[in-house]
Amino acid sequence: MLCDSCKERDAVVQVTQVTDPPVRQLNLCEKCAAERGIETQVTMPKQPLADFIQAVQQKQLLAGSESWRCTFCNSTLRDFRNTSRLGCAYCYGAFEVKLRDLLRGVHGTSKHQGKRYHPPAQAAEEGASVATELRNRLRRAVEQEQFEEAAKLRDQLKVME
Amino acid sequence: MTLDLSLLPDGGVNWLDASGDHSGIVLSTRVRLARNLEGFAFPGRARDGERLRILARVREAVESSPHLRRNLLVRVDELGSDDRLLLHERHLISKELAGLDQQHPVRSGAAVFLGDGIGVMVNEEDHLRLQTLRSGFNLADAFADMQRIDEELGERIPFAFHEEFGFLTSCPTNTGTGLRASALIHLPGLVLTKEINKTLAGLQQIGFTYRGLYGEGSEVVGNFFQISNQTTLGRSEEEIVDKLLQVLSTVIAREEEARRVLLRDAGYIIEDKLWRAYGTLRYARSLTFDEAMNFLSGVRLAVGLKLITGLSVYTLNKLLIFSQAAHLSHAEGRPLSESEANLARARYVRQALAAEVGT
Repeated sequence: MLCDSCKERDAVVQVTQVTDPPVRQLNLCEKCAAERGIETQVTMPKQPLADFIQAVQQKQLLAGSESWRCTFCNSTLRDFRNTSRLGCAYCYGAFEVKLRDLLRGVHGTSKHQGKRYHPPAQAAEEGASVATELRNRLRRAVEQEQFEEAAKLRDQLKVME
Repeated sequence: MTLDLSLLPDGGVNWLDASGDHSGIVLSTRVRLARNLEGFAFPGRARDGERLRILARVREAVESSPHLRRNLLVRVDELGSDDRLLLHERHLISKELAGLDQQHPVRSGAAVFLGDGIGVMVNEEDHLRLQTLRSGFNLADAFADMQRIDEELGERIPFAFHEEFGFLTSCPTNTGTGLRASALIHLPGLVLTKEINKTLAGLQQIGFTYRGLYGEGSEVVGNFFQISNQTTLGRSEEEIVDKLLQVLSTVIAREEEARRVLLRDAGYIIEDKLWRAYGTLRYARSLTFDEAMNFLSGVRLAVGLKLITGLSVYTLNKLLIFSQAAHLSHAEGRPLSESEANLARARYVRQALAAEVGT
């Protein structure tokens, strides 16, 4: 069926016109429908994070803070902006102020209302074993005079403590 | 490592058996949780050794968990790309874990613990992606299964949790509950009556979204839409699930209404269209994946409208999965070119339909 407006393309949408009586049915192609502000395509889902990051870029919300660094995993806010992914759970502490704004933008709030969680009793012990491993790696790094690595491990330990 | 899915009940596709509510319209219901272990960088940032240690910790926890200990460990990082694609086609692992995305090749330590409708992916975007899958529209059971395994793992390994932000995840779109509940739903009635845009726009306005057959980033084929919550923070898990339940009930009612309208106002046009789809599937000698999906969508609608009888929804569900490229190659026992796959697909569909309704 041809478009009732341009008489050139195939009609893809049927519209009931009620503004100018008598009421009549119009068959329109995609282009003519768009000109009348009628949507014919299924729009793809919104990407809240991408939209928000774009907004952040435009408003320069991260300006001046892009070089902020998480001392546990060594990633920066710039890395986050480029990949949309954080490096580790400690990034939430390192970039807390910016992430709170971002979470509000994405979810409408930053306050978790769901399940509360308490790590298992042996977790303290397990946390200690991660810390012990980091201390051992730190000792080895110092022994081998790998000072850059040692400084990184020291920072990680500081975050964990 | 070779992949032996015969070790799983029904090859891990029990959820195709059309046993749940509204199974003609809702293929499956899924709940997934994102969780991370304390003290380790997220998988995208972690080193190879760290990811292997994470896997070892999770394995220990899974082996002592009553609901998970019988699950089968599959080391995705040790599989060839064909087997990884097969698991993805079967909806058992995500595209990212399968390393099928150019941006994210398969990571060391990538693994999945597969069980009957319960899976635990390790070293995906987050350390843990727990998922429960049920046939048809069955959010309540999928959610109850999820709560059990979350509890059991959370007692055994410390998850990263923040008093204000909740469970911490690699991408802030999952922070808070880490919960994404969804249903894979077939909406040909709304598509044919052109009501679909309005329905989908309405969903987005109230905090829900839709995706294609394989979730995030996938296209809509065969009129299958995966409808899920958009946000994960600021509402409790129960509220998210309840709201989705209401939303899906409304969508199902609208789809049923659209089907009634189609039969009433365009009876013979629809009937002709659907029988043509059936005829093509019964006799075609070559079918592309998209063609097969579209004709299967038509036949599924015809079965729903009771125009075609003697064909089960279970068979149609199986056709959706087993007519995909990696499954056809697997059945033939060799890699297939695209044109060979089209021939194999048409043959497989013809045989499956003939076996069900007779020649």
